[in-house]
Amino acid sequence: MREKDININRVDWISVLIYFTLVMLGWFNIYAAVYDGQVDKSIFDFSINSGKQLVWIGTAIGLIVIIMAADHRLFENLAIPIYLIFIGFLLVTPFLGKEINGQRAWFEIGSFRLQPGEFAKFATSLALAKFMERPSFDLSKKTYQLRAFAVLLLPVALIILQPDTGTAMVYFSLLIMFYREGLPQWYFILGFGFIALVLLALGIENNLYLAGAIVVVMGILIMMGKKTPQRIIAFSLIGVGLILFTYSLDFVVSKLPEHQQNRIMVLFNPNLDPLGVGWNVTQSKIAIGSGGLSGKGYLEGTQTKFDFVPEQHTDFIFCTLGEEFGWLGSLVVIALFVTLLTRLVIMAERQKNRFCRIYGYCVVSILMFHFMINIAMTIGLFPVIGIPLPFFSYGGSSLWSFTVLLFIFIKMDSSRALQLGRMA
Amino acid sequence: MNDQRPIIIIVFIFIIGAVLLTKLFLIQVMDDSFLKKAERNAIQRVVDHPYRGLVYDRNGKLLVYNNPIFDLMLVPKEFSVSDTTKFLELFGITKEHLIEYYTAARAYSYVKPSTFIKQISTKDFARIQDYLIDYPGLFIMTRSIRSYPNPIASHALGYIGEINSRQLERDSSNYYVQGDYVGLSGMERYYEDELRGVKGVKYKMVNVRGVDKGPFKDGDYDTASVAGHNITSSIDLELQKYGEMLMHGKTGSVVAIEPKTGEILSMISAPFYDPNTLTGAEFSKSYQALNNLETKPLFNRPIMATYPPGSIFKIVQSLIGLQEGVLTPETTFACNKSLVACHNHPSPLNLFGAIRNSCNPYYHQAFRQIINQEVSSNTYKDTEIGLNAWRERVLKFGLGGTLGVDMPNEKKGLVPNSQYYDHYYGNGRWKYSTIYSLSIGQGELLVTPIQMANLAAIFANKGYYYTPHLIKGLDGDSDQIPEDYLIKHDVGVDAHHFDMVQDAMVQALYGTAQRAIIKDIKVAGKTGTAQNPHGEDHSVFIAFAPKDNPKIAIAVYVENAGWGGRAAASTASLMIEKYLRGFSNRPELEKYVIEGKFMN
Repeated sequence: MREKDININRVDWISVLIYFTLVMLGWFNIYAAVYDGQVDKSIFDFSINSGKQLVWIGTAIGLIVIIMAADHRLFENLAIPIYLIFIGFLLVTPFLGKEINGQRAWFEIGSFRLQPGEFAKFATSLALAKFMERPSFDLSKKTYQLRAFAVLLLPVALIILQPDTGTAMVYFSLLIMFYREGLPQWYFILGFGFIALVLLALGIENNLYLAGAIVVVMGILIMMGKKTPQRIIAFSLIGVGLILFTYSLDFVVSKLPEHQQNRIMVLFNPNLDPLGVGWNVTQSKIAIGSGGLSGKGYLEGTQTKFDFVPEQHTDFIFCTLGEEFGWLGSLVVIALFVTLLTRLVIMAERQKNRFCRIYGYCVVSILMFHFMINIAMTIGLFPVIGIPLPFFSYGGSSLWSFTVLLFIFIKMDSSRALQLGRMA
Repeated sequence: MNDQRPIIIIVFIFIIGAVLLTKLFLIQVMDDSFLKKAERNAIQRVVDHPYRGLVYDRNGKLLVYNNPIFDLMLVPKEFSVSDTTKFLELFGITKEHLIEYYTAARAYSYVKPSTFIKQISTKDFARIQDYLIDYPGLFIMTRSIRSYPNPIASHALGYIGEINSRQLERDSSNYYVQGDYVGLSGMERYYEDELRGVKGVKYKMVNVRGVDKGPFKDGDYDTASVAGHNITSSIDLELQKYGEMLMHGKTGSVVAIEPKTGEILSMISAPFYDPNTLTGAEFSKSYQALNNLETKPLFNRPIMATYPPGSIFKIVQSLIGLQEGVLTPETTFACNKSLVACHNHPSPLNLFGAIRNSCNPYYHQAFRQIINQEVSSNTYKDTEIGLNAWRERVLKFGLGGTLGVDMPNEKKGLVPNSQYYDHYYGNGRWKYSTIYSLSIGQGELLVTPIQMANLAAIFANKGYYYTPHLIKGLDGDSDQIPEDYLIKHDVGVDAHHFDMVQDAMVQALYGTAQRAIIKDIKVAGKTGTAQNPHGEDHSVFIAFAPKDNPKIAIAVYVENAGWGGRAAASTASLMIEKYLRGFSNRPELEKYVIEGKFMN
């Protein structure tokens, strides 16, 4: 039994290989981001971030070994306790956490800093998988929906208290897993419709156009179906409600904290304040845009090197890649992510029990969200949300949490022959 | 239904990748504006200012060089002072000044350096240098200003200053930018292109705070500055110095030319100023002060002041008359004082005697011969034809137009033509009696001192001249001078006509300018007195020597010093002796000139 637990032949080497490729590319780019031609320091120098990242990579490999060597049922058995422990951490973080940039998202033990919000992702994923594994758990039913959302929203609420909106938003990516597990489609149609409406309401200067469009759409919907009085009244009320919503949105936005307001406004008009709020996005776009087709060459970038892009080794690490390796470099990294995510979907689908499949989709959801939002924000497609690029960005918490998240699934996948078939 | 959902999720993943790559393609490959913005962000173009060319005298002695000056720069972000009292003492400023400077620097930029104290002298720099390490945020930036080891020849050399907006607009080569220094007068301006050199450019990278991060692409795009050409001037430092000593406290001009080449040996405009005052930080203040002086020390008299040539012009009249054939050496006229006033001398005189004695009535009658050659029976018409023909000959002597010296703002002087009189009197309403003053160098005639010196050179050369110029060579190569200065200008009078004129000029000294006589050196000269309606007449003298192999031709103007035989002749004589012998052994005459009491 034990020997089969660490059966090397069953490990999915494609995803492991992509993982290591991304980690190494990230490491090179972290060095490029901190590189200073005048102070010639080696990539291994522990006084700079690339040297430190090497330590995180080394310890992450240690974590991988531990996870791969563990009993395959360990995570399933410990799913709920792990979840509760991290909920506990999140409960105390707002009080005991160290304040950085107005957030209390970090635990500091000596010189060692941990972000519980990052690790709570895999804990929440395990808990959701455990909670939903029974075949009777039917997401098309309201009671189950409520329970599933409760498990999801508990950590979200606690993280918002820190307040770390960016990390909190990541948890909503788990809706992708819900979608796979049967959450009715209209949730998503409504959701996307709502987001589209919000974006349009914020993006279009004159809400009158939007109101007109809503009237037209509602009118078409009424004409297309049965013209019963109830339907006409219902659609009219919905139309009026939506119009009121668009008009109230500006008011709501004005009540948001100023930095969040600014991030939203800058998305629609980055030239609004290029030296102030727009700085990050403007400089990030300049850095990436100046890379051209094949980039300026490794360590030859001027924008990221000379600190024009803030947070360039963490959340804006993609700038270094875009500047020094150009569109072709971006293509390689994006292709690696797309391949990894696709591979993980395929792996999730081949699991024999629902627990492993749900967990697999959790991994897909979280990685996909980080990948999409992080790159989109560096090129001005999305407001600036401080979330890292998985495996790439500098930082121990982020690298460890993504490694643990991914390798628990790779471990599950490698021992799938031992799983009991319990499918919904 | 759930079986389709994994496929939809995979499609969604691919859509995300495609959207990101499309947007990246648009900003990275399709749009090159980001590349330009990145360059503006991080690459700074630093101009490497070239070393301006030096100026030497004709014997290789330094006239103009570049003196390093030191600007003390301050970076507010790094600046801190522990002991304020000591700091203020070291830099010799008050606390209010310090606060004022700091506030201004701070307002300009917190991280970029701004000038704290401008142009610290080499002496102060040596004193401050060692203490600078105690004050973070202060550093020295070296520039250079023009310096003059001898405070002489200020007008000829000229000065440089910051380029003004009008000059910037006119600069079609786009060489200059705001703040550049450019020659504003004298040789500095005329030879600006030669002296300025070629700017170099360094591309350096800066970070977001403007801090230098080293050369861009290892300096592959950098170009080094090329120093300007060194100019050897024709000026003789010793002669110039001596002349300025003689002219001290007077108003006027001295121009000495080497007749065989047209090289200007000395060019003095009195009153003069110390060229060292028109450099560096003092420039604006000094310039204002000099400009406001009533004596107009900035006015470059040798090329800009115009006077009637007076009696000296009689030599030109004699030569034209000889060449026209209306005069011969034997032509005699009586000194008829009813025509024009004269002093007492034997009469009648032949041409030689007329020159020697500067007889006015002689030239009144001789000029009529030149003008009224009875080409037309109408006396008005005849005068008009005669005047214009005469003028053509006069112009050949380098009068009535700019000579083309290598200094800006040269004046033309005036030799009137028929149109000039038509304008005043109307066509056909003036005749010889209207213009007879021209015969003795009065009336409407105007010449500049340099034109007069050039006349002396023409007399010395027996009929030709090279345009007077201040340049002798470029980078030590005497062939490298503008071609215009190698062209021999013939004045159109046969050489043999000059023999008698030269002899008369030698003899003239014994009559009108005995002070100009130098023992063992045969000087030929002619006095003049430029009439001045505003006060005492101007003393004028031209001469060349030695008569048989002229090495120097000179014109001296001393304003309000009366008769030419005194102030001007004495000064010219001393300068000639100084140039030919290297010294002057006439302390009495020197004293007479320096004291300047010519009217007693």
